[in-house]
Amino acid sequence: MEPIIRVTDLGKKYIIRHSRRSRYETLRDTLASRAKRLLAMADAPKREEFWALRDISFEVRPGDKLGIIGRNGAGKTTLLKILSRITEPSEGRAEICGRVASLLEVGTGFHPELTGRENIFLNGAILGMRHREIVRKFDEIVAFAEVEQFLDTPVKRYSSGMYVRLAFAVAAHLEPEILLIDEVLAVGDAEFQKKCLGKMGEVAGQGRTILFVSHNMGAIANLCPRTIWLEKGEIAFAGSSHEAITKYIARGAEAQGEAVWTDVETAPGNENVRLKAVRIKSAGGVTADVLIDREIEIEIDYWNLKPGQSLYTGVQVRDKLNSIVFVSVNWPSANLSRDEWAGKPLPKGLFRSTCRIPANFFNNESFSIDVGITNARDEWQDINGNGVISFVVHETGEMKKEYAKGWAGVIRPKLAWSTNLLNEDG
Amino acid sequence: MSSPKESLLVIEAGSGRRQFLKDLWEYRELFLFLSWRDILVRYKQAVLGVLWSVLRPLLTIVIFTLVFGRLAKLPSQGVPYAILVFAAMLPWQLFASSLSESSNSLLGNANLISKIYFPRLIIPVSSIMASLLDFLISLALLLGLTAWYHCLPDGRILFVPIFLLLALLLALGCGFWFSALNVKYRDFRYIVPFIVQFGLYISPVGFSSGIIPGRWRLLYSLNPLAGIIDGFRWSLLRGRAEVYWPGFWLSLLLVLLIFVSGLIYFRRTERYFADII
Repeated sequence: MEPIIRVTDLGKKYIIRHSRRSRYETLRDTLASRAKRLLAMADAPKREEFWALRDISFEVRPGDKLGIIGRNGAGKTTLLKILSRITEPSEGRAEICGRVASLLEVGTGFHPELTGRENIFLNGAILGMRHREIVRKFDEIVAFAEVEQFLDTPVKRYSSGMYVRLAFAVAAHLEPEILLIDEVLAVGDAEFQKKCLGKMGEVAGQGRTILFVSHNMGAIANLCPRTIWLEKGEIAFAGSSHEAITKYIARGAEAQGEAVWTDVETAPGNENVRLKAVRIKSAGGVTADVLIDREIEIEIDYWNLKPGQSLYTGVQVRDKLNSIVFVSVNWPSANLSRDEWAGKPLPKGLFRSTCRIPANFFNNESFSIDVGITNARDEWQDINGNGVISFVVHETGEMKKEYAKGWAGVIRPKLAWSTNLLNEDG
Repeated sequence: MSSPKESLLVIEAGSGRRQFLKDLWEYRELFLFLSWRDILVRYKQAVLGVLWSVLRPLLTIVIFTLVFGRLAKLPSQGVPYAILVFAAMLPWQLFASSLSESSNSLLGNANLISKIYFPRLIIPVSSIMASLLDFLISLALLLGLTAWYHCLPDGRILFVPIFLLLALLLALGCGFWFSALNVKYRDFRYIVPFIVQFGLYISPVGFSSGIIPGRWRLLYSLNPLAGIIDGFRWSLLRGRAEVYWPGFWLSLLLVLLIFVSGLIYFRRTERYFADII
């Protein structure tokens, strides 16, 4: 059978300019730097090439279900973006034979002012459905989302759960030949996730071709017989899902929001202390995908190898530009709660420090975590714990009921506000 | 979902340019939906939605009539001064609001652009549809006003669509330029309100372009809106406002130049939009 997707030597290059911090430029800065260069006051900004994807080749046959796994930043989303034509490749080519629908996010284009009914039509059109196709499936979509009574309510009044259900329901009723799905099942409550997975399985059963990116190894294993594992923009392994997942997890991947070192001899650290595991926990489970309105716990397991020494544990959270967002250490004066082992002489053994970050704190971005352990004399232990684990904060719409667009900043704390009338009529 | 084996889609560097026209047709429904969304949201968000879009130009017309007509006593070419201003306010308001909307349209839809493929051109074009609706409402109002003043337009009104098209092409041309530049240079957005504010005074909105001395007329027509506004006055005021033809051809040329160059610039930069937006 002819392949439905054929990808040959695909690559995508980004140019990173070190002179600037943000992705976009301002005219003012550009003019200023051009003027400076004209006057030979500054060197040309350093440009560095960064290959988000390189030498990617694979084929997909009609009806195949292909899983794509890899760490955050391995190029999974970039690959889907190229295949769905959102961005162009820098080299290589892809041939696709059939109608493609991509689902990189649920609820793309939802407008808070519009009603559920209006948003179904709008979102359907955005995802590439024809008008009559939406009309035909309208009732089915509404039933799947369980929002019958609220069809004529603006979605800004929806709870975040209803919002996500409606958004996924529209997407789940797409009928393209090829469906590209990014990590979209990480939203909604557990029951709804199950329902979504069931729907996906059903779609898969209808002979559609699916490319499925996920951190949820269980979902990948259930849905896709074959999987590609991407590592730093290249294919690290392609083959049966079982084999791909086993290899991927064996590499200490943070697939489940967890980095584990089983061997005390080779784990990061020194003769005094070694890391055993770093974990992101949220909504009751270990995950690299956390919801913005849930509390996050960072668990750090370490072996204390030197009896009697006192240790403090700390984390540094970095944004995707690798700038430090904050540092937190369990020094008593920097601790909201009480840590009974912090700074106390420790017996030899395995310890677990947990740092709790409140809900509604981060913005919906990706973050990485550095782990450090220091002794009471302020000597940082030689742990290579930089970027040991990373996580992505996902939007739920909880704080977006009035203002639905993207919020600036790497954090988005929910703070207390009040306004008082001081003097009427000035 | 007609035939399962549609034509082969090839994705490689620069491939977006070849499928352009086919894609535009393919995504025509999305265009309609986005226009519909913008109009719906606009009239939902403000309780006074429709009223406000009409009230603002009306107030400007009143003020211009008082200042230029009553105080400065500028010539009105034999029609009530308010009508003279209104006929010019139609294309001006259309241009100004289309330009403001389309310039911000790409950034305003950044989410769509980074998550979904569609011809990016749809965004700035659909964003001006709400302004077009406002224009039609205002046009109806003007007709009412001319009936009140007993100076209803004659057959020349049939030429309005031509001048309307020119005004739209100009707004779109500028919109293509500014929306694309806005993606790359985020401080470009500060320039648009300035153009809109400045343009109102240098364009013949509050006065007739007939008061410009003859030897400056051609130079004045370097503002392409001058020719368009003259055209509107000519077709709505029974030809009483003369069209200065050399200036009109110059305006036409400039409009086409801005539109085509804007389209080319937009098409050349659009494939980076998703990467930098």
